[in-house]
Amino acid sequence: MNTSRRGLSFYLLGAFFTLFVLFLYGPTATILILSFQGPEGGLTFPMNGVSLHWFRNLFEQQAVGDFGGSFRRSIALGLMVMVLTVLFSVLAGFAFRRRFLGSGAIFYLAVASLIVPSILVSLGIGLFFNILGLEPSWYSSALGAHLTWTLPFGLLIVFAIFNRFNPAYEEAARDLGATPWQTVRHVVLPILLPSLIGVGLFGFTLSYDEFARTLMTAGSFNTLPLEIYGMTTNVTTPVLYALGSLTTVFSFTVIGLFFLGLILLRRRRLRRSGH
Amino acid sequence: MTLTAETSRPSVTAAAGRVRRRRLLPRVAPYLQAAPLTVMLLLFLLVPILTIVVVSFWDYDSVRFYPDFVLTNYTELLTSPVTWKTYLNTLKYAALTWAITLGIGFTVAYFLAFHVRSTTWQMVLFLVCTIPFWTSNIIRMISWIPFLGRNGLLNSGLISAGIIDQPLEFLLFSDFSVVLAFVHLYALFMVVPIFNSMMRIDRALIEAARDGGASAAQTLWNVILPLTKPGIAIGSIFVVTLVMGDFITVRLMSGGQSASIGLMIANEISLLQYPAAAANAVVLLAVVLIMVVAMLRIVDIRKEL
Repeated sequence: MNTSRRGLSFYLLGAFFTLFVLFLYGPTATILILSFQGPEGGLTFPMNGVSLHWFRNLFEQQAVGDFGGSFRRSIALGLMVMVLTVLFSVLAGFAFRRRFLGSGAIFYLAVASLIVPSILVSLGIGLFFNILGLEPSWYSSALGAHLTWTLPFGLLIVFAIFNRFNPAYEEAARDLGATPWQTVRHVVLPILLPSLIGVGLFGFTLSYDEFARTLMTAGSFNTLPLEIYGMTTNVTTPVLYALGSLTTVFSFTVIGLFFLGLILLRRRRLRRSGH
Repeated sequence: MTLTAETSRPSVTAAAGRVRRRRLLPRVAPYLQAAPLTVMLLLFLLVPILTIVVVSFWDYDSVRFYPDFVLTNYTELLTSPVTWKTYLNTLKYAALTWAITLGIGFTVAYFLAFHVRSTTWQMVLFLVCTIPFWTSNIIRMISWIPFLGRNGLLNSGLISAGIIDQPLEFLLFSDFSVVLAFVHLYALFMVVPIFNSMMRIDRALIEAARDGGASAAQTLWNVILPLTKPGIAIGSIFVVTLVMGDFITVRLMSGGQSASIGLMIANEISLLQYPAAAANAVVLLAVVLIMVVAMLRIVDIRKEL
C-alpha cells in the first residue's frame, strides 16, 4: 500500500471503479442526450435529428399536466423540509450530548424511521388524516412524511459531527467568560456550519426527489416526482426525458451550489485567520 | 433613594430567578432541545403506524372502511398462496440485490480507502459515488429504458457487433431489469458505510499484518474484512429494508409483470382496500423488523458514528 509502485491490483480495482462510475452515470447521460431528440424521434436511439422540441413541448400546459406548479411545490416543500431538518436535528444533537431520560428511546425512534418501509409511512399518514377528517396536502401531511426520512439522516450526521467535536473550544470560551448562548453562537455553530450545510443539502434533495412517502400524503396537488411518475404510465414521447433532464440538471445545480458555498466559506475563513 | 430602593427590588428577584433558572435550565434543556424532532417523529411515524395496526382490524366494503374488530384481513392475507409467492419473490430480489451491492460496495470502498493515496482524490471520488443519491430515483430508473429496450443501446450494439442476431427480450421488463435498477439505486448505501468503516481501520494494523508475513489477500480476509463488518451490517440493513418495502422500482422495471409486497400494498391502496393494505403492511413491518434485529446483532450502530 505504501510501496511507491502501483501493483496490478490497483489497476484492476481502478478499472472496476471506473466501470462502476459509468454504471452510475451512463444511463442518466443517455436520457440527457435523447431529450434533444428531433420532433419525429422516439424513446430510443437512433437520434432523429437534434432539436429543443421536447423541452418546448414540456412548457405547453396541456401536454404534460401541471409541470410548473408541481415544480414550484416541490421546491417550496424541499426548502421547508431543509430548514426544519437543520433546525430540529441540530437542537436534538445538542440534547444528545448529555444523557437524559428517554434519549435511548428517541434514538431508536429515529433509527426506526429509517428502516420502516416508506409505503407504510405514506399509508399510515394517509389513514391518520382520513380518520381525523383532515385534507392531506403537500405542505402538511407530505411535509411530515418527508421529515420522517430527513430528520433521522440529519440526526445521525449531527451525531457524527459532535463525536468529532473537540469540547476544548467550548471550555476555552467558557473560561474566557462567554455565556452559554455566546459559546453556542460564536464558537460551536461556526465550527459546525459546513456540516450543517451538508444536513441542509440532504434535507432539500431527499425531499425534492421523494416519491413513495408523498404518494398518499400529497393531497390533490402533485409534487414533481408524482407528476413524473404519472407521466411514465401515459407519456411515450421523449418529453419524459426532457423533464428528467431538467430535474437532474436542477439537482446537480443545487448540489453544485452547496459545494460552492462550502468552498467560499472555507476561503473566507482561511483569509480571516491570516493564511 | 426611595426610587433606587424600589427599582432594586425587582432586580433582586430577577437575579434570584436567574439563579433558579440556571439550576433548572440544564436539567430541562435536553428535553426542550429534543422535543421538536421527537414530536415530529411521534406524530408522523409512531401515530401513523399505530393507525395502520388499528385499521388492519377494521372491516371494509366497496365504498368505505369502518371500525370493527375482524381478523379476516389477516386470515385472507396469510392463507392466500399469492401472498407467499409474492414474499418469496420479494425475498429473492432482496437477496440478489444484497449480494451484488455487497460485492460492488466492498470492492469500490476498498479501492477508495486503501488504493487511492491522496486524501483529496479520495474525497472527490467518494463524492462522485454519492452524488447520484441526491438525484431523482424515478429518473434514474427511466434512464435504463433507452439502454435496455428492444431497440436499445445494448441490443443494437450487440447486434451490430454480430454477437446476437435477435434482440434480447429479457433485458427490460424482467427480473433482470428490476435487480439491475435496485443495484443501480442502492449500491451507494453499501459503499458509504463500508468506506466509513474502512477509513477507521488503524493503518498500523495493516503494516503489522504485512510485517508478520501476511499476503495482501490474507490481510484483506483476516484484518480488513472483520473490521469492516459494522459497515457491512449498516449497508445491508439499508439495502434489505429498501428493497423489501419497494413498489415503484418493481412496477416500473418489471413493466407490471412481477410482484413485490410493497407493490401488493400499493395496489390494495389504489383499490381503496385500506384495511387489507394495513394488515399487509403490519406483516411486512414485522418481517422487516425481524430481519433488521438479526442484522443488528452483528453491530452496535451508535458506536459507528
